[in-house]
Amino acid sequence: MAKSGNRADERAPVIRVRGLVNRFGAQVVHDGLDLDVWAGEVLGVVGGSGSGKSVLLRTIVGLNRPAAGTIEVMGHDIPRAGAAERRAIERRWGVLFQDGALFSSLTVAQNVMVPLREHARVGAELAEELDAIKIAMVGLPPEAADKYPSELSGGMRKRAGLARALALDPEILFLDEPTAGLDPVGAAAFDDLIGELQRRLRLTVFMVTHDLDSLWAICDRIAVLADKKLLVVGPMETILDFDHPWVRAYFHGPRGRAAQRS
Amino acid sequence: MTGEAAPPLATSREGGRLTVALAGDWRVDAVGRHAPALAAVAPGGARAVEFDLRGLGALDTAGAWLIHRAAARLREAGCRVRIVRAAPDHAALIDLVGRNDRTRAPRPARPGPIVAIVARTGAATIEIGLIAARMIAFLGLATIAALRVLGHPRRMRWIALVSHMERAGLDALPIVGLISLLIGLVLAYQGAEHLQRFGAQVFVVNLVGISVLREIGILLTAIVVAGRSGSAFTAAIGSMKVREEIDAMRTLGLDPIEVLVLPRVIALVLTLPLLTFLADMLGLVGGGLMVWAELDITPDQYIERLGEAIPIWSFWVGMIKAPIFAFLIAMVGCFEGLAVAGSAESVGRHTTKAVVEAIFLVIVVDAALSVLFSYLGI
Repeated sequence: MAKSGNRADERAPVIRVRGLVNRFGAQVVHDGLDLDVWAGEVLGVVGGSGSGKSVLLRTIVGLNRPAAGTIEVMGHDIPRAGAAERRAIERRWGVLFQDGALFSSLTVAQNVMVPLREHARVGAELAEELDAIKIAMVGLPPEAADKYPSELSGGMRKRAGLARALALDPEILFLDEPTAGLDPVGAAAFDDLIGELQRRLRLTVFMVTHDLDSLWAICDRIAVLADKKLLVVGPMETILDFDHPWVRAYFHGPRGRAAQRS
Repeated sequence: MTGEAAPPLATSREGGRLTVALAGDWRVDAVGRHAPALAAVAPGGARAVEFDLRGLGALDTAGAWLIHRAAARLREAGCRVRIVRAAPDHAALIDLVGRNDRTRAPRPARPGPIVAIVARTGAATIEIGLIAARMIAFLGLATIAALRVLGHPRRMRWIALVSHMERAGLDALPIVGLISLLIGLVLAYQGAEHLQRFGAQVFVVNLVGISVLREIGILLTAIVVAGRSGSAFTAAIGSMKVREEIDAMRTLGLDPIEVLVLPRVIALVLTLPLLTFLADMLGLVGGGLMVWAELDITPDQYIERLGEAIPIWSFWVGMIKAPIFAFLIAMVGCFEGLAVAGSAESVGRHTTKAVVEAIFLVIVVDAALSVLFSYLGI
């Protein structure tokens, strides 16, 4: 796993954002943001509340139309893609929303089945087996498969959401605060899970997070959003040396030091 | 796509050994086609089976699962199975899938159809009893809250009350008015057509007056309001329940019944009679317009005839029902809102229930009151 950013010359990035501008009314969230994500890396995106981390994720996956700028995912221009092109790209990525965003009228097993049913031509029996594998892979007990999302704890909902995101073996996994709301033990287990799945399935992971432990544990590179732009991106060592008040407060504050020690 | 030249699956035998060579991409969009061939691989007397993965292109969990499943099946048939010449990634993925294989531990069996029907009937019966008990408890809580507010009028949420009166009452004026006018027209038209055959067209006025004032005005208004406001009460309170706002209120020492339920119930009890009055008047206007056009009964004659034919009690019989129905609609709407649990889907289910239950109760109580009024001779 390359930890440096010098692969830029070797090949095109999986996600390429150039000159992104996002505006909600008079409020400017992003103003000329550039970002590259390379194949097979885990990129952690951090920033203060309201710095537009989630908006960036939503814009990349096409849920939010940018005011200006280009976004390319695997060579496709997302905001300008047609319906067929969108469908083709969408099955190559998986998104885990903050609270799992499971469909509340379906059981966990049916939730994981949705992408298999919609996009893959596999028989019912095989689909059910793959469904069970994905549910086992994210560490959910077998009896969780027939439960409804409202009957699960927050951590289990996230695991179920991850199973749905992984249903089609995507190339890119988008995670929106995967460990938020989990207890520290559960969060560490979730980090390990994402790390292992990422290595085994050779995923590219784009992770919005607040969790310093996650950043240390599984991220190859870290991108810091501040002042409506990408402030700095690089491996942890680069970020630790970076001189900016917010970055210093975040990574060298008491929590940052604690995470560093562990 | 690599390895399109080689067939995805080729078998060869050498003594007691069967070699299965896999090639090309084994991914979720292709495995549906490959699965039958792999499932058809039989040991056929071979003692050892080797899966040769040298030519394998891309592999994902779906492909890895198929390979793992085939290997497990052959092992169970008594063969020694080895996976050879696999790329490290592929071996690791097959291993990962193998570790998560749960086919040996099947999901708990579901009960048979007859047991399921009995269980569902029992659960539904218990549920009805529980709902009845909860409704009575809710009525009690609301009464206590109402008495408390009556003792301390300053605790009444006046702004909420006025806002609900506007939304449930004022905003419903156009739709209630229009429907009543149209029903008045239709009633007079149908009545005129049939009564004309007996030369009794004058009695159209009695027909319109009695039916609009006693039943149609109030019933139509109650049904429209149950659909508009009863459902809105459930959806609003239900969404608050889902987002734990109700729990937050309790921890802040606020009584949700006092804050959410009382203003809505009182607002509806105050506005439904006014809406009913409007419905009565416009229903009569609609009937008047139709008899004027069809039977040449002028508005003057129509009003005079109404005064002679319709006892004033007919009007009051309709109006008395309005606050009773308003109370039913608002209480059911709030009760179902507070019964929402867990999910967004639950909000939708309870909203539907609130409207159906409210309309059902309105009609049942209307029938009961008709019996009562006929006993009283009104």
